Amino acid sequence: MTTWTQTLRRRITRRAAADAAATQPDGEQLRGAEASTVEIPPNDPILAFLQSAPGPVELETLELDSPAVRDLREAGVALVVPLISSGELIGTLNLGPRLSEQGYSTDDRRLLDSLAAQAAPALRVAQLVREQEAEARERQKYEQELAVAQLIQQHFLPTTLPQPPGWSIEAHYRPARAVGGDFYDVVERPDGRIAFAIGDVTDKGVPAAMVMAATRSLLRSAGREELGPGGVLAQVNDLLHGDIPSRMFVTCLYGILDPRSGELRFANAGHNLPFLQTDAGADELRATGMPLGLMPGMSYAEVEHRLLPGQLLLLHSDGVTEAHAPDRAMFGTPRLHDVVAAGSDERGGMLGKVLTELERFTGMGWEQEDDITLLSLRWEGEAAASTLAERTFPSQRGIEREAMAWVAEAVVASDLEPARAENLKTAVAEAVMNAVEHGNGGDETLPVEVRVERRAAELVVAITDRGGGRMIPITETPDIDAKLRGDQTPRGWGLFLIQNLVDAVRESSDDSRHTVELVLRTDGGEPR
Amino acid sequence: MTDRFIAAPRAEAGTGIIDLVGVLDGDSAAALTEAYTVAAPEADRILLNFEPMTFMNSSGIALVVEILARARVEGRAVHAVGLSDHYRHIFEITRLSDFMTIHGDMASAVA
Repeated sequence: MTTWTQTLRRRITRRAAADAAATQPDGEQLRGAEASTVEIPPNDPILAFLQSAPGPVELETLELDSPAVRDLREAGVALVVPLISSGELIGTLNLGPRLSEQGYSTDDRRLLDSLAAQAAPALRVAQLVREQEAEARERQKYEQELAVAQLIQQHFLPTTLPQPPGWSIEAHYRPARAVGGDFYDVVERPDGRIAFAIGDVTDKGVPAAMVMAATRSLLRSAGREELGPGGVLAQVNDLLHGDIPSRMFVTCLYGILDPRSGELRFANAGHNLPFLQTDAGADELRATGMPLGLMPGMSYAEVEHRLLPGQLLLLHSDGVTEAHAPDRAMFGTPRLHDVVAAGSDERGGMLGKVLTELERFTGMGWEQEDDITLLSLRWEGEAAASTLAERTFPSQRGIEREAMAWVAEAVVASDLEPARAENLKTAVAEAVMNAVEHGNGGDETLPVEVRVERRAAELVVAITDRGGGRMIPITETPDIDAKLRGDQTPRGWGLFLIQNLVDAVRESSDDSRHTVELVLRTDGGEPR
Repeated sequence: MTDRFIAAPRAEAGTGIIDLVGVLDGDSAAALTEAYTVAAPEADRILLNFEPMTFMNSSGIALVVEILARARVEGRAVHAVGLSDHYRHIFEITRLSDFMTIHGDMASAVA
């Protein structure tokens, strides 16, 4: 309120000074008034008094313990006319003594009161316009800062991830609108081992993005030395400390994995614990340590673990576990544990499963509160060593039955229960039919390759067509009620059958080929 | 590779029976529709006999859905007999079994 009061007063004073100059050439008294400014603090009682005053207020006779009244008098103000708009005091008209040296008459006051009543709404409009302009400038500045933060962050995230033979390494990063400081990195070392990191910088925006970029570069640099994960974190901690802004720190989990043996060694600087998905469910792998950048000279204990074929390591940021449902309930670590333990049959793998569950929990239209980062390292098994059978089929109508019979022969030695073997046969027939009709577009010269493999605790039938570069389109789930009502086509059962007849369906594609993998678990998983 | 499909209509005790012989897939549409058209006017219920069927894929399921939708509009019940355990499982997961009575043998199906 101080600002508008000052602004308003100056304008009124200048106008009075101009009038005075016209009638009183020396203008001595008013030049003095023009030079003065009066601060009216928001808690000065004059404001409450003017808010409820019935009209212009004569300062000479006003008995009010107010520093502002005193200052106004000293500045030569004799009469204060409140400007009220929608019941709110939005300014004042301040007048010096009349030039005739007589007091303000009743007519003068009435005229001023009427003038104030007309001027107040116009002034209010001007104030609103000015406020909106200021807000727009603020918003633009914020958007620019966001864009810079996003640019920095995206530049420092890996564009491709190393994929050692038999392993599947995947990451998902989704920034919050305000852009937090999440990061991840996966690097293949010259000795064939895989170094990986996931981290989170406290704070948001450009400062967090800058610290994230610095931390990621320091981690890469330290990772090139002959240091274990604990040594890497200790070195980065010492380098960050002193340079990092106060009250800012970085949580980070750093690990080194040997993809040939499954040996894992990692250390943790205050980051969320990783999950290991096993046949029996999921375990949290525990390792603790102080976040980076808080105190120098810290040491970080290393934890060792040996992964087995078929197991998956999942790393995450707190944007996942601290996401909220509409009723403010938190997603939480126990829920993430259960999702990982349940395994994933989804096409998007474990990351897709976690994101689906997160979306289901937070509901539609959720405004993401923090960055979400997920990194998974899955040991698929030694694929090359366990191919049971391989054959190419021409893209002919009805060839799916020949492929189905051939797969049935190929898996005889696997001792599948008869019902599961029948399910696999139908799923194979549907997948081959899709490959012929959709992948190869019915072109009889294009082959459909079928490969039967045993991978760790899985029996996998991989069906490859030449429809590269595109995945199976996601279609609506077939609903028999809707189909009988005529609201859905009677067709569209193929993918549904495949998904319901095997334990998992995986899909991959490159520029020229598209592969669907039908997976049956052979470790005693519940048969479909 | 084409396999012949035959849909043979016959009537028994007010039931229009359609024997499905061979491979029920997308190529079976005309034969199945024709068999239904012959069997339906003489019957207040339709019995699909899957006993002689050797294979059915998702296109075949779509044809069964079409027959079911048409019979419902005409006020006829649809029954099924001769389904193997595997296809009975498929009828359950697709919920076709919610809309047609499934019998274990022909005697109970026409009783």
